[in-house]
Amino acid sequence: MQWTELIVFSVLFLLVTVMGFVAARWQKGSTLEHLDEWGLGGRKFGSWITWFLVGGDLYTAYTFVAVPALMFGAGATGFFALPYTVILYPIVFLPLVRMWSVSRVHGYVTPADFVKGRYGSHWLALLVAITGIVATMPYIALQLVGLEAVLRSMGLNGGGILGHLPLFIAFVILALYTYQSGLRAPALIAFVKDILIYIVILVAIVYLPSKFGGWGEIFNDAQAKFDATPAKTDGILLNSNNQLQYATLALGSALALFIYPHSLTGILASRGRNVIKRNMVALPAYSLVLGLLALLGYVAISAGTKPIVNQATGRPDTNTIVPELFGANFPSWFAGVAFAAIGIGALVPAAIMSIAAANLWTRNVYKEYIKKHATPAEEAKQAKLASLVVKFGAVAFIVFVDPQFSIDLQLIGGVMILQTLPAVAIALYTRWFHVYGLVAGWIGGMGYGMWLLYNIGNPAINKAHFAGSALPLGKLSLFGWHPFGASTVQIYVGIVALTVNLLVAVIVTLIAKKAKVFNGTDQTDPSDYHVDEDSPRVKPVAAH
Amino acid sequence: MPSDHKTGLRWSNWNLLLVVPLLMLITPWFNIDEPRIFGLPFFYWYQFAFVPLGVLCVGLVYVKTKDKPVVTGKPDKLGVDDLDEGAN
Repeated sequence: MQWTELIVFSVLFLLVTVMGFVAARWQKGSTLEHLDEWGLGGRKFGSWITWFLVGGDLYTAYTFVAVPALMFGAGATGFFALPYTVILYPIVFLPLVRMWSVSRVHGYVTPADFVKGRYGSHWLALLVAITGIVATMPYIALQLVGLEAVLRSMGLNGGGILGHLPLFIAFVILALYTYQSGLRAPALIAFVKDILIYIVILVAIVYLPSKFGGWGEIFNDAQAKFDATPAKTDGILLNSNNQLQYATLALGSALALFIYPHSLTGILASRGRNVIKRNMVALPAYSLVLGLLALLGYVAISAGTKPIVNQATGRPDTNTIVPELFGANFPSWFAGVAFAAIGIGALVPAAIMSIAAANLWTRNVYKEYIKKHATPAEEAKQAKLASLVVKFGAVAFIVFVDPQFSIDLQLIGGVMILQTLPAVAIALYTRWFHVYGLVAGWIGGMGYGMWLLYNIGNPAINKAHFAGSALPLGKLSLFGWHPFGASTVQIYVGIVALTVNLLVAVIVTLIAKKAKVFNGTDQTDPSDYHVDEDSPRVKPVAAH
Repeated sequence: MPSDHKTGLRWSNWNLLLVVPLLMLITPWFNIDEPRIFGLPFFYWYQFAFVPLGVLCVGLVYVKTKDKPVVTGKPDKLGVDDLDEGAN
């Protein structure tokens, strides 16, 4: 047991717990009994709060442990996280402000709300909502993987169900203050989380390389390690087979990120269009940190860091690489700060994700199908309860199912959420696609994507299915026809599935238009997409 | 900047700058080790360099396409006579 670390960690954890409960009164609106308030923090966050909130939301604890772990294990391919988070902002810069404006005029809380307003189809909205919930759930579970990695590094590495007790306690606390304070809790805690992360990374990136002979030496050590392994896919540079995978994974991840419901929650909670635009300029500061953090995977190679064996699964857990590196090379008290940064870093996104999933459930399932005339207060109540269910579902997932399953599911989740891109993102610009086309495209892309993922195996780790998202082009077949022969060049499955989705959507749209099938009623007006905070057309917040 | 009210799309040529950061997806351009800077292989520092480049591009688009406020909050400047034009 590492007591100093544990005490520092506990003190900081206690601090954010208090903040989480106090947050209910921070920037208080007229009532918390409304989704605008509980689920979107009153829709009035300014540039700073949004920067911390969205930054805390997108750059999660899991990213902070998994990306260096990937670099540690596979090398350059893990660095896709940097291009991913650089191209992200130019891609979403224009669509996000349109989404904000139209949501502000009509009071939309979720992406599925928008789809329903745009196409007048609650079925299409349901499809988007369910995809969002299913894709978000394993993402929450993964935050627990991040949190557990630091808990186990601090010596709380028990076996069996009891070994998960610290995790369980941390999550009960999180669940309680999210229940009470809604989105204000993660917004306030994000300040602590992000400041801690910045301090830790800056110290790590200055101090650690000098300790191991400088970057040149570290890269040489990494190269030597990868050269010694039998695998041909690793190395400090890409090879001819994984370059396309690298680029398409970065692109696909960037396209997917802002259609995840939790990212949009952060955006819709902001005050106005300029807040979002300024953030698109300022958020890459986190990308820089993520890129530096990724390199710590190589530092761990030089330092000879060994992943610890998870007593609950009996396997070495590479996600403990960064915590172990910090634990072995920092003074105990600073290692405690670093662990707290990662641990609290798990709480912020987990809270936002559970709120986003709860919003989807409440708005697009509960209010649509179960209680049509629910009052705003009943909606808020329902969402609070749903957020509890979602969180305990995630804990149960980690405790009772192999964590590896969550990692697989998250991989699948990325491919799934991409299938809602035509309905959520393209619909911001045009209603050209027919609602039938969007549904058919979703089914086609989802089906094909899942089938491809199912067939990706990795004999090296003894897995026949769902072993990754890199598909050799040679395996790509269309009813037995292999358009790329026996090519071993790899591509990200999500992009392939999205292409199929769009093709199906275009074909069905053309047919539906030819047959003059009714394409739903558009509730939105072209001018809605440009409305800003000072317009009289914005819907009053928390109006009954 | 002309804005097309029919489609609800507003276009500015500055938006084209948003495509520039996507150039970092062309991996053959930078998948090499040398030259190194501070020990970092070209592959890594080239991609790090895209962070400020991305900020610059998005920042320029933000500054150059700032929305003119739709409603300035001031009362309408139209005179009473103009408003009543149809009545005469």
